[in-house]
Amino acid sequence: MSTGMLFALVGALLFTMGAAGVALPGAPLRRIVAFNVMGSGALLVLVGLAQRGGGVDPVPQAMVLTGIVVAVAATALALALARRLGAPGARAASGDDD
Amino acid sequence: MRRGAVGVAALLFAGVLIGALLGLPAPGAGLPPLVTAQMGNSGVTHPVTAVLLNFRGYDTLLEVAVLLVALLGLLAVQRSERAVAPGAAVEPVLQTLARRAAPLMVVVGVYLLWAGASRPGGAFQAAAVLAAGAVLAHLARLLPAWSAPRAWLRTGITGGFLVFLAVAVALLGGGALLQYPPAHAGLLILLIEAGLTVSLALLLAGLFLFLSEEGTRR
Repeated sequence: MSTGMLFALVGALLFTMGAAGVALPGAPLRRIVAFNVMGSGALLVLVGLAQRGGGVDPVPQAMVLTGIVVAVAATALALALARRLGAPGARAASGDDD
Repeated sequence: MRRGAVGVAALLFAGVLIGALLGLPAPGAGLPPLVTAQMGNSGVTHPVTAVLLNFRGYDTLLEVAVLLVALLGLLAVQRSERAVAPGAAVEPVLQTLARRAAPLMVVVGVYLLWAGASRPGGAFQAAAVLAAGAVLAHLARLLPAWSAPRAWLRTGITGGFLVFLAVAVALLGGGALLQYPPAHAGLLILLIEAGLTVSLALLLAGLFLFLSEEGTRR
């Protein structure tokens, strides 16, 4: 098994763990972090699969760089929404927190 | 109950995903030969920068637009009147460290911007270092949190995207979006990257500083 494939498999596991974290009930902050783990897993699969042949493929690398920056922006927006949800005056946050 | 169901589903999903990955056919030649063949026309010598700002420049253009929209959304859900948190004690060690680190981070940022043409680096990495410097200065209470963006901040945040868009519009006559003339590609990429570095640094710092409540000047 090549190193690239190993990266891809770890990425698939990270994606699954993140997806489980999003699906399980919990505080919004924990779900946002889980969503980030999911995103990192997807990016790792993309980069890992591209370098199975040994060389580095610049096209997925550039796409992943784009993806990381978009993920940062999406996370910040999610945090702003989560904080607005918990702010005084907002309607009660989702009741399934445990 | 729900935990168990999610756990079983996750295990099944992981199994299917790993099976699919292991069953993939061996990788073909893919795009690297194409990138290598066109490197001479790209205006830079680092393949990732060439893909990011030349071959797939429209991806990067739209990515900056996505960042802008995310910041606008963040500002839209932000409450206008914010409770100013009582200032915690100033930590002298952190402040001294931040004062020493800030100039170094600016130097590293400019270096990364310049290095992007020929080795790993570029506008995004440079902007991330600069924004991290701003966040560090804020955490050390050297920089207050930002409230509604004033004119200079609005100009700075949108400037990089507007420069990028202006270059794209100016080159539309060439037939394709962001098709640089090879003779001027290097200069145009440096212009776009310089604009992007300033704007993205302000944008990324803004994602933190607009949300922060500590030491808001109101």
